[in-house]
Amino acid sequence: MLDLSQYQSVGAALKDALATFSGETCLIEADRDREKERLTYKEFHDRAHPLARSLQDAGFTAADRASIIMTNQSKWLISAYSIFFAGGVLVPLDYKLTPSEHWQLLKHSGARILITEYPIWRQLSAAPERSAAENVKLVLVTEAPTSADLAGAQRWEEFRSAAEPAFVPRERKDVACIVYSSGTGGRPKGCMMTHENYLEQCVALTSLYPFWPGVRYLSILPTNHAIDFMVGFFGPFTCGACVVHLRTLRPEFVREAFTKYKITYVSLVPLVLKNLQKGLQARFDELPTGKRKMFNFLVRVNKAFTKSKPRLGLSRILLGQVHAAFGGELRAIIVGGAFTEPQTLQFFYDLGIPVANGYGLTEAGTAITVNDLNPFRADTVGKPLPGMEVKIVEPAADGVGEVYVRSKTVMTGYLNEPELTAESFSDGWLKTGDLGRIDWAGHLLLSGRKRNMIVTEEGKNIYPEDIEAVFESLPVKEFCVFAANFIWPKRSMVGEQLILALHLESGQSYSDALHNDIVARNNRLLNYKRVHGVVLLDEDFPRTASLKIKRNILAERLAQLDRTSAILPL
Amino acid sequence: MRNLDQTTQEVIELATQHFKVTAGTLEPSDDFFKKLGIDSLQALELLSRLENHFGIELPDYEVQGVSDFRTLAERIQSRL
Repeated sequence: MLDLSQYQSVGAALKDALATFSGETCLIEADRDREKERLTYKEFHDRAHPLARSLQDAGFTAADRASIIMTNQSKWLISAYSIFFAGGVLVPLDYKLTPSEHWQLLKHSGARILITEYPIWRQLSAAPERSAAENVKLVLVTEAPTSADLAGAQRWEEFRSAAEPAFVPRERKDVACIVYSSGTGGRPKGCMMTHENYLEQCVALTSLYPFWPGVRYLSILPTNHAIDFMVGFFGPFTCGACVVHLRTLRPEFVREAFTKYKITYVSLVPLVLKNLQKGLQARFDELPTGKRKMFNFLVRVNKAFTKSKPRLGLSRILLGQVHAAFGGELRAIIVGGAFTEPQTLQFFYDLGIPVANGYGLTEAGTAITVNDLNPFRADTVGKPLPGMEVKIVEPAADGVGEVYVRSKTVMTGYLNEPELTAESFSDGWLKTGDLGRIDWAGHLLLSGRKRNMIVTEEGKNIYPEDIEAVFESLPVKEFCVFAANFIWPKRSMVGEQLILALHLESGQSYSDALHNDIVARNNRLLNYKRVHGVVLLDEDFPRTASLKIKRNILAERLAQLDRTSAILPL
Repeated sequence: MRNLDQTTQEVIELATQHFKVTAGTLEPSDDFFKKLGIDSLQALELLSRLENHFGIELPDYEVQGVSDFRTLAERIQSRL
């Protein structure tokens, strides 16, 4: 691994990585059962430098912003490298957002350049919101068919210059990326992450979960996500490891990739991990009685021998068939994006497959705490990583309070939002809005949320204010969306739901027509963003002088209602 | 060559079989996530089955954001 303490920027470290590991394979890209691409670090360099030079020829310079909206693939990483090489700031956006949301964030970020895929561009270019994002001056589109109408964009594959680009150095405190943690509604939250944030996070994470040449990481989480950006790009590249991309995420092709490419690490969201558990459990249950008894015995033996620490070699012998199904080289599954239930973590650990469970939020880099497997504990989100400080503020009698974090991996603030930034920090500590306690062994245990938001099992952060637009002009006096657990606090990190609080007009009833109108509007939202039920409140919503709803006070009033009977399901 | 209505009907029949629901309960405009109570992974499994049935490949981006049978059938129809 490169000694990252010697580097000032992500770009400088990546540049040296390409030279240091030039003969190693850095990328494999497969589409279904077809391998589309296999690149060494040298070949990656040869693809990226002509792009970096063309960006510079187009006037792209230090601190200029460029956005990537792409599925996980080699051109994502090649483009990101070129942006960093040219001294730019990367704005990675989630390809699953709608065109309207994309344009809103592109405008907010101030990106000059957009790099995207043709199928995404087809939708983006047709969206009316395009005209509002005048800051986007150049669009590069990958994989466009020969006869395609590019709607003003240029072909990524042809945007290459033979001349060598000039490396643009950046300082550790400069912004490297603007990462949107949420806020596609009224108030986009663009976390300004510095080069230092990434350099420090990489050192901390790889101290527990190391990469080296020969390691193969299967990249499934979207690369715009902090976890995949770190363990599916920056981490493996600075260690000479290889990243495997799949263009199709159908379960059968993902399963096949483990064995075909002998995967070492993979990151998954809890939903996928749980699904994997269900599938495995069903297969174990189908075993004939004798074999099942033998299998359960071997699991118990493995459990006994791995109580204090993982013993991969032993587990692979005892439970060979299970490990073979994962390719035989899997060292750990990294799980993130949302809270994972302990029994799922324990299930995999008992099979000799450690799950790197942790806790993080975009604002604090990739991870704040991670299970160090010494020993493995399924009931916690692990101990703070080296260099991370965690404290519990105003703990109740049971030790539970708000989690505060301080480290070199924490963002400098939200783009264009000084007030929101100030509200999010206290004396240099980031207020996470999550509730938890630290136990006798220094492990963090999470127990709920203080913020008005939910996180789905697919790792999506949903802020109520971001989805309210869909209910605009609803024929009621006023409405407001809340996370149910924000109103009625619950010591739980799973099964979170949104509710729509309604104040009807005088004499108005909650009719079938109104119900159907709400259902229809709700269905326009992506399925994971939908509200679960309606709560009626027969009083004016408290408002500020500028007529904004005072959400906290309204939540207190709603809290006086009985949760179960108050929520009318949709 | 199938028309869109036929394709939609076949999509609904396959979903009915795959998720073992009572025949005749699914409608073209139904939100399959909600009606079947499935998550995105289960929807991907259905897609694989549909691909085999219709003999096509549906790239992931084509079905991004699709949640009703009719729209899903339209995406399939465009590749037949």
